[in-house]
Amino acid sequence: MQDFSPLAALIGGALIGVAASIFLLAHGRVCGISGLFGGLLRRTTDVPWVRAAFIGGLLAGGVALRLLAPSAFDASWNPSWMLAIPAGLLVGFGTQLGNGCTSGHGVCGLGRLSVRSLVATSVFMVSGFATVFAVRHLLGGSQ
Amino acid sequence: MKGIVASFGAGGLFAIGLGVSGMTQPSKVLGFLDLFGAWDPGLAFVMVGAISVYFLAHRLIKRRSRPLFDSHFHLPTRKDLDLRLVTGSAIFGVGWALGGYCPGPGLVASVSGVAPALAFVISMAVGMKLEHLFSWRLMRPSEERGAAEGTAPSKSAAQV
Repeated sequence: MQDFSPLAALIGGALIGVAASIFLLAHGRVCGISGLFGGLLRRTTDVPWVRAAFIGGLLAGGVALRLLAPSAFDASWNPSWMLAIPAGLLVGFGTQLGNGCTSGHGVCGLGRLSVRSLVATSVFMVSGFATVFAVRHLLGGSQ
Repeated sequence: MKGIVASFGAGGLFAIGLGVSGMTQPSKVLGFLDLFGAWDPGLAFVMVGAISVYFLAHRLIKRRSRPLFDSHFHLPTRKDLDLRLVTGSAIFGVGWALGGYCPGPGLVASVSGVAPALAFVISMAVGMKLEHLFSWRLMRPSEERGAAEGTAPSKSAAQV
């Protein structure tokens, strides 16, 4: 496990909040990654270029991190392919069915004091806690 | 064009925030989700930082009559709780805990050379498409109820 750095977590979180606020100020929309990305997979969607530009910025940010701060990806654990593929399927299906993920419901929804987002965030947190408990402590997985 | 640049910039800053906060590392996310192991509270601090900023900024921005690059705000107004919201969030939580990635960090890590992150993003896109194609067979989308009440069924309702 990496060192826990509360200051870096708070500052990074604040940057995420600023980014979501810029998106709201510019386009008047919730900055939900699953919603923005999922819309691009539909045959028709509103503001496709706004969505594509945001996802493009996210990917460009990933490349910048890789070049300038590669330790951002030095995880002490990464999922195997056998975990990453079902994880992706469930995250994709679940976020579309539930209309949001950690950014849309967790950051923007809670920041707007939305009851739906509070319920969604509570449910995916509890479901995440239960899943890790089952995999690590009941099944004894090396996850 | 300025709107596109703002969107690109917001996406870039979002990625930097994820990197600075450690959320591009699946081990940090699982450390938070492992309540009964060596618990890592980092993700809670990230959420507090992000939500505090957004809470204040959202209140200021909503005083405007319109956003900078759109004619009006497109914020969700629904207050009802339905099975889709709860079931979808529960499924998302399982996937999040299996891989340690939610959509944002998955996308950011997918271009970093971490191969499983790229596999995660591709299968996430497949999962999304499957939901778009088939979920209406399983559960009646509540947007249809919205249509019956006179509001247009909106694809953008998928954004929370």
